[in-house]
Amino acid sequence: MVDNNRLGDLLAHLVLILGVAVVVFPVYVAVIASTHPPGTFVRGVMPLLPGPNALENYKTVILEGRSRAGTPPIGGMLWNSFVMAMAITIGKLSISLLSAFAIVYFRFPFRIFFFWLIFLTLMLPVEVRIVPTFQVVADLGMLNSFAGLSIPLIASATATFLFRQFFMTVPEELMEAARVDGAGPMKFFRDILVPLSITNIAALFVIMFIYGWNQYLWPLLITTDPAYYTIVMGIQRMVTGGDSEPLWHLVMATVVLAALPPILVILFMQRLFVKGLTETEK
Amino acid sequence: MASITMDNLGKVYAGDVRAVTGVSIDIADGEMIVLVGPSGCGKSTLLRMVAGLETITEGTLRIGDRVVNRLEPAERDIAMVFQNYALYPHMTVYNNLAYGLKNRRMARAEIDRRVTEAAEMLQIGAFLDRKPRQLSGGQRQRVAMGRALVREPAAFLFDEPLSNLDAKLRVQMRVEIRQLQKRLATTSLYVTHDQLEALTLADRLVVLNGGRIEQIGTPMEVYARPATTFVAGFIGSPAMNMLPADWLRGVVAADALSHLPTGADLIGLRPEDMSLAPASDGGLTLEARLMLLEPAGAESHLHVKFDGMDEMFVVRLPHVPQVDEGSRLAFSLAREALHPFDAKTGLRL
Repeated sequence: MVDNNRLGDLLAHLVLILGVAVVVFPVYVAVIASTHPPGTFVRGVMPLLPGPNALENYKTVILEGRSRAGTPPIGGMLWNSFVMAMAITIGKLSISLLSAFAIVYFRFPFRIFFFWLIFLTLMLPVEVRIVPTFQVVADLGMLNSFAGLSIPLIASATATFLFRQFFMTVPEELMEAARVDGAGPMKFFRDILVPLSITNIAALFVIMFIYGWNQYLWPLLITTDPAYYTIVMGIQRMVTGGDSEPLWHLVMATVVLAALPPILVILFMQRLFVKGLTETEK
Repeated sequence: MASITMDNLGKVYAGDVRAVTGVSIDIADGEMIVLVGPSGCGKSTLLRMVAGLETITEGTLRIGDRVVNRLEPAERDIAMVFQNYALYPHMTVYNNLAYGLKNRRMARAEIDRRVTEAAEMLQIGAFLDRKPRQLSGGQRQRVAMGRALVREPAAFLFDEPLSNLDAKLRVQMRVEIRQLQKRLATTSLYVTHDQLEALTLADRLVVLNGGRIEQIGTPMEVYARPATTFVAGFIGSPAMNMLPADWLRGVVAADALSHLPTGADLIGLRPEDMSLAPASDGGLTLEARLMLLEPAGAESHLHVKFDGMDEMFVVRLPHVPQVDEGSRLAFSLAREALHPFDAKTGLRL
């Protein structure tokens, strides 16, 4: 569409620039704050230009952590977050692919009932069912473990639903052609359905990874051993732990580092991700 | 290579919906049978029952001398060409052809030999590395054929394979399919709703209507002696004219219809069986008013109203006559050109 309305263009750009500024400014402040010496951030006047302590702050965060506040060095927490996010993402993707496959391609008793059952869980995120879930995880002895961190978050109605919608757009003849070609159900799933869903998988991978990475309440509840702290929890510990004023410069350095992996995932998967959200290749 | 024997095949869907009833066809080894009928007549269902994609609820199906009622499609030794080709979009042409063979754990060298051979036969050798979406409709069609060819199956099943192609390509592919089938002499079952495709491709034609067989025969048999009014109306374009016998008796000489069997109250007349010349001895003459003249290049279709009739009928002439619309014309026809039917049962007498 070509529109030569200059005023309209100007207005649109203004709105967009404002929107971007609103989103970008806090991130900018975080980056700036992580480069200043202790105390600058709480002095009342927020500096808007980089300070001299960048190297030192990041070195402290990465190598020493804040032992006084009970937080281990950041590397371990990043690793924990990464393991948890990956376990949740891969678990969610494989379970939802398989359940969508079952619901779309097999005629089993109570199929619709099970579909709605899965769909209903959309209305029950972790926060709603947190007490009984905690009880179950505790009884199974999964507190302070990666299994406890990830398994309760793996069931995913959203992904199941999305894959179901996608599978229903795959022409039935493909399945029939595969049957004539001698492919059993799982072979059809592996050789044809999964490769066709690859863009959807990439898109969901990004979304699910960030979902897993940003988990806060659940890890906070079930981990008491610092060895299993995730980075998001670590930030919380740094802010609230100890009696002294939070060391904002270190908190901000941690925040910046914590934001990196999701950004990397997005950058890495961007092409597939955008493709997956906007087109379905058939 | 095998024969296919359908013995009283029937298909009833859940909820007592009948799609196919009492179909018995013996397909000889190497024969090309075309199933033709209007949409919803059960022809695709029947083909899919043979393929194993629909369960068979009644009757027995044999491919060769094996009863295959309960076998999976892959175990029936058939290959199928789908209407929308059903190529695997993420695989190259080569892999599309090879997929079925790989699933059969065939040796790599043998797969390679077969794919190359089929690609050569269908002239798709240059596209083996491409994905289906990079191909034109005609090329995709060839790949779909190739996927069937490489299997070297006992029978080919075609489910309206040409209906997604444009008219010119359709004619070309029709010829190629026929040549290929003759050369390979593989038993084939071909479904179409296009009566021209049916007539040109078939060794024998099976006309289906409402899930039942109306007539089985060679294309010329079916055309020359349609067994029912349905076949008469379906095969041939423009369709056969159906004249009430009572009216016909009123406008021709009394003894002109004496050769028709008693009880024939509906008389079929092919549009091309009439001509503008006056009747020679023994022939009949019908007078009509020309309502519309459709020139079609090598031939012309005349829409006429016979005297005393409100309906329009069609006359096909092998030339475009110099006549004006609205003028009165006399058509002559041979006595043998009349097809007698019983209006109540629809059967030929």
